[in-house]
Amino acid sequence: MRENSILSVQNLHVIYSALRGTVKAVRDVSFELRKRECLAFIGESGSGKSTLGTSLISLIPGTGRVSDGKIIYRGNSKEVNIAKLSENDVRKLRWKEIAMVFQSALNSFNPILKIWNHVLETAKAHGVNDKNFVRKKSLELLELVQLDPERVLKSFPHELSGGMKQRTLIAMSLLLDPKILILDEPTTALDILTQKNIIELLKKIKSELELAMIFISHDLSIAAELADRVATMYGGKIVEIGPTDSIFYHPKHPYTKGLLKAVPKISGGFEELFSIPGEPPDLINPPSGCPFHPRCQYADEICKKEAPQLERVEEEHYVACYKWRGIADEK
Amino acid sequence: MKKLKNFLWSLFVQPVILIAQNKTGLVGFIVLLIIIFMSFVGPYIIPLDTKVKLDKIYQPPSWEHILGTDSEGKDVFSQIVHGGKAVLTVAFLAALFSTLIAVTLGITSGFVGGRADTVIMFITEVVLTIPQFPLLAVLAAFIRLSSPTLLAFILGAVSWPALTRAIRAQALSLRERDFIEAAKILDLGSFHIIFSEILPNMMSYITISFVMAMTGAIYSQVGLILLGLVPLSGHNWGLMIQLAWTRGAIFFKDSLSYILSPILAIVLFQWSSVSFTRSLEGIFNPRLRVRR
Amino acid sequence: MKNNKIIEIKNLEKSFYRRSVLGGKKVIPVLRNINFDIKQEEVFNLVGESGCGKTTTGKIIAGLIHPTSGEVLYRGKNIWDMKKQEFKKYRKAVQMIHQDPYASLNPMKQVYDILSAPLFRHDIVKSRNEAREKVLELLETVGMTPPKDFIDKYPHELSGGQRQRIVIARALTINPEFIVADEAVSMLDVSIRLSVIELLSNLKEKFGVAFLFITHDLAMAKYFGWHGRIAVMYVGKIVELGPTPEVIDNPLHPYTKALLAAIPEPDPEINKKKKMMKLRSLDIPNLMDLPSGCKFHPRCPFWIEGKCDKVEPELVEIEKGHFVACHLFDK
Repeated sequence: MRENSILSVQNLHVIYSALRGTVKAVRDVSFELRKRECLAFIGESGSGKSTLGTSLISLIPGTGRVSDGKIIYRGNSKEVNIAKLSENDVRKLRWKEIAMVFQSALNSFNPILKIWNHVLETAKAHGVNDKNFVRKKSLELLELVQLDPERVLKSFPHELSGGMKQRTLIAMSLLLDPKILILDEPTTALDILTQKNIIELLKKIKSELELAMIFISHDLSIAAELADRVATMYGGKIVEIGPTDSIFYHPKHPYTKGLLKAVPKISGGFEELFSIPGEPPDLINPPSGCPFHPRCQYADEICKKEAPQLERVEEEHYVACYKWRGIADEK
Repeated sequence: MKKLKNFLWSLFVQPVILIAQNKTGLVGFIVLLIIIFMSFVGPYIIPLDTKVKLDKIYQPPSWEHILGTDSEGKDVFSQIVHGGKAVLTVAFLAALFSTLIAVTLGITSGFVGGRADTVIMFITEVVLTIPQFPLLAVLAAFIRLSSPTLLAFILGAVSWPALTRAIRAQALSLRERDFIEAAKILDLGSFHIIFSEILPNMMSYITISFVMAMTGAIYSQVGLILLGLVPLSGHNWGLMIQLAWTRGAIFFKDSLSYILSPILAIVLFQWSSVSFTRSLEGIFNPRLRVRR
Repeated sequence: MKNNKIIEIKNLEKSFYRRSVLGGKKVIPVLRNINFDIKQEEVFNLVGESGCGKTTTGKIIAGLIHPTSGEVLYRGKNIWDMKKQEFKKYRKAVQMIHQDPYASLNPMKQVYDILSAPLFRHDIVKSRNEAREKVLELLETVGMTPPKDFIDKYPHELSGGQRQRIVIARALTINPEFIVADEAVSMLDVSIRLSVIELLSNLKEKFGVAFLFITHDLAMAKYFGWHGRIAVMYVGKIVELGPTPEVIDNPLHPYTKALLAAIPEPDPEINKKKKMMKLRSLDIPNLMDLPSGCKFHPRCPFWIEGKCDKVEPELVEIEKGHFVACHLFDK
């Protein structure tokens, strides 16, 4: 694990038991999260990104569990494998060291509790009983997220708009100064203008607080705005990872390239787009070898046999593909 | 030939596979089949013991009389075998009446809405507020419940409101679904929408409600019989309990099996019906179907 | 490309009523004085954020909801004045595609049943054999190949993109002139969206179908409707309307400008250069308590005190075909 890394995930496998069989949601994923960086995971349904996020704090829903691999967290120079911790020990880490804002978290408010009661209850559940401290800190954080603190704390969830709730959740997640903040699709249910505000807020938090962020989304464009490094996921694996500029301007994996050519841009004139043929993979019976091969125009025999490992392209930029060298850069 | 095979498969084999997916449901289904077989086919196999044997009154279970004998020395087991038919037939008919009324009114009320809805709901709520069992008792006192069909009709006529409300709620929620809206835009017609689009989506709810209506009808029947309000002759479990009660079977240790047997038969039927409903969802939900 | 108008919307208004606790009725205006028309074979984009009334507009045009006042003219005749027979003809001319591919198909029915029902109902086919032929043909048209594989599938056996194709096939069964697509691709994976949009484009070319494309995704609206027109809605009114390239590259209304500036791009450099338009307030207007005058003035950084808060601006033609409702353009 590198010097300035705060999280190191090594060969992680996460599976679920479903009626039809075992869902292999995360397959042999490895990466490191550095201090103060924002790492974005981009993928569609069946990519495994949400499962990856929840596995980092041992909150995989339903029948999911880590079947192999390590999640090494380094906090205060002490290293611990989250995958092997007991529920009690993980609870000590959650919210205090690693916090998460979930997908559709807007619905996670209890409609009969005022926001202040939510905050207090949550704090108590994590062993923080000092009312004064919680009050002071939440007022500070609500200001940071540009809300009227007194008004919000007094309100019921239905009195706040979607954007306000999301900002409240982000503020609450920062209550105990976590070192890592994981966000899973934090802007999906929000309007364009509200989404922009949340993105600006996250940028502000990133620069003002000493925080590492993991940002999970299907939206490439938000990653382009926020992230320092981007990892594209497909079929439970990381297919490409690198600095944002490298991924967007010199993508090497056919999937990443395909995605970039399939997303419409609002600025510039009219640009022809190209769709990726085929369907997202079935994680109960994933394709053999490289998960993208059924949809890849460059695939051949070797791609079907064994899944490629991440290979270095240039500084910090890695791709899992046998054919990347042969594919010409576009533009 | 292949078409026939597929048809038979989907009619007989597939439902059993689907039922078997839920263990409780499977057990309930098997017990239910046993009880139905016993009640409808059993009487042809096991003759009813009508011989009065005064030397064998209230005998405990033995090899000769598996469930013992009653106050006249007659074999209890044969009575149990013959006693199910009447009870189950009335329960089935009663559930059929009330479900048919409830489905018709509920879907009309929920789907058509407007004035029809207001009127139907008003009537439903009025009938709903009248306590079911006392109403039954009063009706039984005025109407001679001589035939099982009449009894079934009365039972059905009293129990439809609750089911109507539930069906209406289902229809209301289905009405808003996108595929119903699409059917409207395609101008497929109200008839098609109700019978071809909405009804299939409610089938699991309706069949489960039907089974629950049957269990309710059994309790009501037995209650009426126990109170002596039903002048039915012949054999049925409810009558057995009533006779056992009035003839003092509860005061003797040896006659325990006489009074417990019909009770157990009824409880077993209720339990197996309710357990079976757990599997019914599987049958009506295409998501759980296995492709051959 | 013909220039005839198929649909003309005139002074469309829609309000919902809620009984107030204190007695009396509270009026919730969802649509206020909407005017536009849709030409034959055109793509007309209707964009806006949630709550602006675009879906309601679509449903009124599809004949599902009655407007409070105003007219929807189909070839010159108001559909709400039509007799039953005439209205049935209208029903055949307009079809709708919904957002949620999981709710748009009856889970109890196979693809064959779903697609053959309208064929039989409208006497397009007379026998089962004919119906089967036509269904296979339709499946081929929407790209579900080989069609035989899909004809007896249930919706849950299909992916989101495949379901949406069935929905489109269903809309095509009666040869409509015009399709209302309400967020038709919003719930699909990014890599699938484009292929469905491409299908819609092909249908436009092949069958001459016009589209009312309702969405909050301006980038996709721009792509699909590049040769058509776009109307931007805000709180029940159209604030800007014009040819798509015009409005996107040269937006006039401050709201349109704010929207365009707020959309993130899949391009880090462009994002850095893009300046977010700072709005005066983050509050979204409450339909039950709308501001006076122009509904955007509380948030508009360019508002003119005394004018924008008193008088609501009308939609006026500024350049050829380009309309805007804003006092900044008052002569």
